[in-house]
Amino acid sequence: MNHTIADVAVPTARSKITLQYKWGVSEASFRRILYLAGLSLLILLVAIFFSLVVASLPALRQFGFGFLTGKIWDPVRGEFGALAFLVGTLMSSFMALIISMVFSLPVSIFLGEYFRHGKASTFLKSAIELLAGIPSVIYGFWGLFLLVPLVRALEMKLGVAPQGVGIFTSSLVLAVMIIPYASSIGTEVISLVPSDLKEAALSLGATRFEVIRKVILPYASSGIFAGILLALGRALGETMAVTMVIGNSNFLPQSIFSPGNTMASVIANEFTEATGSLYLASLIELALVLFIVTMIINVLGKLIIHKMSARK
Amino acid sequence: MKGMAEISIHRRIWADKLFKTLIIVLSLCSLVPMFLILFMITKNGISVINWEFLTQLPKPVGETGGGIANAIMGTLWLIVLAFLFSVPLGIFAGIFLSEYRGGKLAYLTRLSIEILQGIPSIVIGIIAYVWVVMPMGSFSALSGGVALGIMMLPVIVMATEETLKLVPDSLREASLALGVSYPRTIMKVILPAGLSGIISGILLGVARVAGETAPLLFTAFGSPFMNQNILKPINSLPLTIFNYATSPYPDWHTLAWGASFVLIVFVLGLNLITKWVTKKWTVQF
Amino acid sequence: MDSAVLRIENFSASFGELTVLKDINLSLSRNTLTAIMGPSGCGKTTLIRCINRMHELISNAKVSGKILLDDQDIYNTDPIIVRRQIGMVFQRPNPFPTMSIYDNVIAGYNLNGIKLNKEEMDRTVEQSLGKAALWEEVKDALHRKGTFLSGGQQQRLCIARALAMHPEILLLDEPTSALDPKSTAHIEELVSHLKTTVTIIQVTHNIAQAARVSDFTAFLYLGELVEFGPTGKMFTGPKDKRTEEYLTGKFG
Repeated sequence: MNHTIADVAVPTARSKITLQYKWGVSEASFRRILYLAGLSLLILLVAIFFSLVVASLPALRQFGFGFLTGKIWDPVRGEFGALAFLVGTLMSSFMALIISMVFSLPVSIFLGEYFRHGKASTFLKSAIELLAGIPSVIYGFWGLFLLVPLVRALEMKLGVAPQGVGIFTSSLVLAVMIIPYASSIGTEVISLVPSDLKEAALSLGATRFEVIRKVILPYASSGIFAGILLALGRALGETMAVTMVIGNSNFLPQSIFSPGNTMASVIANEFTEATGSLYLASLIELALVLFIVTMIINVLGKLIIHKMSARK
Repeated sequence: MKGMAEISIHRRIWADKLFKTLIIVLSLCSLVPMFLILFMITKNGISVINWEFLTQLPKPVGETGGGIANAIMGTLWLIVLAFLFSVPLGIFAGIFLSEYRGGKLAYLTRLSIEILQGIPSIVIGIIAYVWVVMPMGSFSALSGGVALGIMMLPVIVMATEETLKLVPDSLREASLALGVSYPRTIMKVILPAGLSGIISGILLGVARVAGETAPLLFTAFGSPFMNQNILKPINSLPLTIFNYATSPYPDWHTLAWGASFVLIVFVLGLNLITKWVTKKWTVQF
Repeated sequence: MDSAVLRIENFSASFGELTVLKDINLSLSRNTLTAIMGPSGCGKTTLIRCINRMHELISNAKVSGKILLDDQDIYNTDPIIVRRQIGMVFQRPNPFPTMSIYDNVIAGYNLNGIKLNKEEMDRTVEQSLGKAALWEEVKDALHRKGTFLSGGQQQRLCIARALAMHPEILLLDEPTSALDPKSTAHIEELVSHLKTTVTIIQVTHNIAQAARVSDFTAFLYLGELVEFGPTGKMFTGPKDKRTEEYLTGKFG
């Protein structure tokens, strides 16, 4: 073992160790900074809630709960009832969910059970990720120029007023947009179903289809449901794509082909033109409702997911 | 008896095969919209892209030509502002969450992040309006940056927390045993070890907010001019696309396709770069 | 004449309700190698972690008694200063993955913001790697990342990193238990040369290793210091029955 240099202990270096103890940020101050950073996020959330409430006070005071059941939204007359938008939101979101499930559940089964590894899996996974990355204004643009003419043609065949835009069209665009959200959690829970359960069923002579139907899906049902909830939360808050294809009508929609508005789209449409504090406050109250509803749905969805991972 | 059993098995096997085919078909169908979108944008947009398009300001209605230079500039400005508002705070909050796994504040902070992440972007736009536009009395790039910053925040925090959690304790011990103080250990040993994950988080956050329109509708508001003053309204690519696409002029529709092409290339490009960063830079422990 | 570089007086340590070390009394001479051995859970790792105050990282850790380094009560000194005077090498090699070999060795200076000029840095790196028997193997690759080395080389790098700080005492926590026999032999040889320039305390669960390398041995059992003495004497004629039973493999 060679060390060629005699151990001339580097005296300057050595003495610098204790003498030159630079008092940088102390541990206590640093921890305080960390603490503050965490706290500020909490404060941010609370501040958002309070700001929304305060800013919508004029409308809250004026209309109370009647806001949500009022059918008339007439800025000129100062009447602001949000029922049309509630209905529009619910109709478009739930239709979108149903349409999306037709595709997202198969994707979850594809990625979670049939093709867990390999080229097919990577391909579909990347493609779905791409889908999630496309900005919503581009979805709206595409919807406007491709789906609207198609829906118009469909409406003519059905003998309905051929507007092309409407709640149905918006639910089509929404359905595509929420596929990644609905399928991602589903994929995870399906792939995590314990293999001994599946093998037990297979060894009893069940086909794969039957294993999926009778073992995997029931086991993964709460996770799939959580995915649906999160997709719903996303759909409720989606603005741009919806605004561009929903027809922007403030009247209560009569059918799925009627033009309408969602809470998010009416804000997008009318906010910059809103004059008067009541008008503005009413729009902000819509935002408040959106905030509360999406918060509840997201928390519920995440709760279910936490419960599931705790179970393991 | 035996005949009956055979038929039943045949039917079950047939159902099994049909099901698998159905799953594959439906899964592939779900990709059709995406391919359609990309195809349409490329087909309609790529012919619009030229140097003039990228470097010129938009022309008024009726005049041909013009470009999206101010939109591109605006998008970049907004990204910078959003970055400034969200990255330092987000990283420190992420460090906080990875250092304090239990405890009341950590729990509430995590909950806040999850809720913040789910807030619709238009609501965030309203908040930025109330907090910045109203006091200032005008639309501005600043308010748009605030809105986008709030949207980027959860992404950064979560990426930082997840990455730092993966850094093994042995690194921390090695540093502390050398007499390195706790702040320096975190900032000079743990944080650098998790840098690739944090950068990926930042890139993904940027990709997300670059495409946002709703929160900018009444904050940044849009503008036909090139603007370097953050206290004034500013344009962005998504805003341009929205305005042009919903206008009644076919000329503008064409410009919208071009702008969409630029935006898609930017966003998808960022996603690809993120994947590359993650692969190349991830520290092996 | 050997002076006591480390004195442990009536030292006890606990985590919450659990007492891990009971009333330890120990005095170590300069430039010797003391092995600390005992069955799992006897407190040997806790003991050395108390010496450089690393056990404090666990929130409900409490100690009583004194540990004196060169007559200085380390519990009355800033733990950061203590840790700069006492180096530690861990069971699993842990070089800093983002740093080169060169930067790993002088990490103790860089991370602490202690400025050295280039000559001081180069000299420290070469000396420390030399003492750790790693210089010849890496001298042409100093700017490669430390994680590209083999397990045994990484551990020697960690030893060099600790030595670069010129510590009074070097604590080795089962440094070879994660290594193959060849690397283990390498490190044992290096350690037996090192002890002439730095006081070493080595925790080991390998009785034969303790016999091979150490001058003194301490036997810990259930948190108590059962026996302490020159290695040769202790192994041939242990005074306590428990020591004898452990050495003969009746429990472990």
